[in-house]
Amino acid sequence: MPVEVRLPTVLRSAAGGSSSVTAEGATIGEVLQNLIAAFPAMAGQVLTEDGTLHRFVNVYVNDDDVRYLEQLDTKVAEGDTVSILPAVAGG
Amino acid sequence: MAAAGEAAGAVPAAGGVPAAGGTAGGVAAAGGGGRASGGEPGLTISRDEWFAMVAHCLGAFPEEGCGLLGGHPDTGTVGTCYPTANAAASARVYTVDPRDHLRADRAAEARGESIMGVFHSHTHTDAYPSRTDIDQAPDPSWHYVLVSLRETQPVVRSYRIVAGEVTEEPVRVIEPLWVVEPAAG
Repeated sequence: MPVEVRLPTVLRSAAGGSSSVTAEGATIGEVLQNLIAAFPAMAGQVLTEDGTLHRFVNVYVNDDDVRYLEQLDTKVAEGDTVSILPAVAGG
Repeated sequence: MAAAGEAAGAVPAAGGVPAAGGTAGGVAAAGGGGRASGGEPGLTISRDEWFAMVAHCLGAFPEEGCGLLGGHPDTGTVGTCYPTANAAASARVYTVDPRDHLRADRAAEARGESIMGVFHSHTHTDAYPSRTDIDQAPDPSWHYVLVSLRETQPVVRSYRIVAGEVTEEPVRVIEPLWVVEPAAG
């Protein structure tokens, strides 16, 4: 089922400038894989080569960070909003 | 309130607490830039938001304080400062709390603004991006504000970080503007 995926500014150029796109998937992992299949320029920026969530991004289902849910196995349902934001950190 | 002309002599050391109409942060205060406000490169922020940013960092001391800046990326104008928790809870590193980030992102959007930068404090070093700050800079379109609390008086400077290259930019601290409408009747 399609869900809305909101993109951070740093990923929008990879999606033709869109701030929000739709992607199919029953879990966050599937949604992100389909997102990258649709916009290959995002490869390596969202998921690592091993297929895990990149540590430089945070992914949310509605209000919740998926790292505190079931990570990439977190289920999504129609009407959910997936948000991707950069992880902001430094020294 | 002092007029800008009167305050000119009271502009503090570069990067320090802004006087009315002053320019803090280096280039313009040093007389080298002569930049006027509006459309020029740099960061423009009201005194209220400047103080909110510095106050949050002082409140977080001795840990590093951090937060996000919402505003208008096309003009470099900050509309709202969003203090966030430092999820690293450390005096040496910071991590913007991810849930605070999501809340700030939504609040900015509701105001017609977007997140355009991040600020954080250095408690024992200069207001200059560390190696870690440069390596982990998340977005080349952002403004990176450093608040040094090493000296008694906080020092605030702003930078652009693009492909590992750091460029300081002027910080223009402006007064909030009041408009008093004529009394009805």
